[in-house]
Amino acid sequence: MPNKLTPEQEMSRRTRRGFLALGAGAAVAAGGWQWLNAGYQRGHDIPGPLRAILGFNERVVRGTLFSDQHLVKTYPASAIAKLKDNGDFGLDDDFDPDTWSLHVMPRGGGLPVTLSMDDLHALPRYEQTIDFKCVEGWSVVTQFAGARFSDFTAKFAPGSEKAGYVGMATPDGQYYVGLDTPSAMHPQTLLAYQMNGEHLADEHGAPLRLVIPVKYGIKNIKRIGRIAFGETQPPDYWQQRGYDFYAGL
Amino acid sequence: MDNPEVPLAGLPPDNADPAEAETPSSPLPPASPLCTFALTVSLEEKHKFATRWYHWVNFPILSAMIFSGMLIYWAYDPYRIGIGSVTLFHFFPDWFYNTTGVNAQLARGMALHFALAWIFALNGIAYVIYTIVSGEWRELMPEAKSFREAALVALHDMGFKVPMPPQGRYNAAQRISYTAIVVMGGCSLITGLAIYKPAQLHWLTAALGGYEWARFEHFWLTMGYVAFFLVHIGQVIRAGWANFRSMVTGYDLVEAPQPEMPEESVHAE
Repeated sequence: MPNKLTPEQEMSRRTRRGFLALGAGAAVAAGGWQWLNAGYQRGHDIPGPLRAILGFNERVVRGTLFSDQHLVKTYPASAIAKLKDNGDFGLDDDFDPDTWSLHVMPRGGGLPVTLSMDDLHALPRYEQTIDFKCVEGWSVVTQFAGARFSDFTAKFAPGSEKAGYVGMATPDGQYYVGLDTPSAMHPQTLLAYQMNGEHLADEHGAPLRLVIPVKYGIKNIKRIGRIAFGETQPPDYWQQRGYDFYAGL
Repeated sequence: MDNPEVPLAGLPPDNADPAEAETPSSPLPPASPLCTFALTVSLEEKHKFATRWYHWVNFPILSAMIFSGMLIYWAYDPYRIGIGSVTLFHFFPDWFYNTTGVNAQLARGMALHFALAWIFALNGIAYVIYTIVSGEWRELMPEAKSFREAALVALHDMGFKVPMPPQGRYNAAQRISYTAIVVMGGCSLITGLAIYKPAQLHWLTAALGGYEWARFEHFWLTMGYVAFFLVHIGQVIRAGWANFRSMVTGYDLVEAPQPEMPEESVHAE
């Protein structure tokens, strides 16, 4: 039988081809890894391809999973544990609560509003005991009380609930978060002035902080000084350091 | 031996001691010039292309998932083996983080993990569908007798003089471990989703015992992969080159058309 390879020759041919294919696959995998990680530096923003995939994931989650009907689990008061103080960016030591006020910029260039704590206390008070989740992986059951952000928006920035985004910053501008408005309007998103039955301590963001249990702790900004609604994605402190903008749970 | 015209290539030399033959109760008929053709080696397909594809895609992806998982775990690393306040081993000691360099990269770890999880999930789901549609699950799923036989396989592999039970494509221990690893992959996906979106998928997180339990389960599944990997690599080394080559090429050289021969084939070279 001419032109017929022996089994040994056929095996050699298949071995050559098989290992070439495996090598080519390994090269593709290595190239893909390089592409995903190109330019990565510790402590800085993540490379573009990874950022793009996080954006894709956000669109998938917002399009399929997210609903303001999905409430996070609430706990009895007996489950409350001590929340550790895990970040003091934007919390000046010489902060004077008497001079604090909240500046609100509605959507579409409406007139800015300046509010006091009395304005917030005038809104219906909600109390919730939730599992506060840090992006690091730990979580602590904590009780917060305050006004719903959706009530706040309806009263002080009506129409802004239709904005794409809302940005918040500390009075000194050192810490800032960007949020998608649907998450901000979630019924469990509070502007909180009490924690575990007491007034907010300085290190937990006195006099007013955000509690948004559908996001990691990094979005739960302490000591809010400014709130602005808009259509472009606001700057976000931890996004600039490599974390997901959406950071949704 | 290299002459392709010789059909007997690969046979033991004529003066080989018959007592050393692999199978004393050889199914081959008594030697005669005609019957020696029964010993000709031939190519046999060992692993389908699809099986090899899913295997070799999964290997680097799972490795990268474990690596990025370590970057995430570093940020909060509470798990240990110990009793009460006595810790025998903490996952992980500082020397481990420092030598592997998986410290202080949480943001990158999360981004990599949530990017590559797509490939891990799609490849794994496609594999399961393929296995069901092709009917190959029959060769893979443990049978009732597999659990008893797996003990014999383990004893045999550890060097005890225990006969290997007859087997199809996979022996009893392989059936159990290869099925378990697929089930574990599904569990990793499910526990991972429960940690990823514990608010939107609260029912899933609750079913797994809550957020902290889901993270605990996700971690120990990963340790399971590491244990599987170590045993798997050891077995691949033991089984030798031809076995490894068959996972790359799909083929192996086997002796003669003796399809019901239960023993492992003698290799030609």
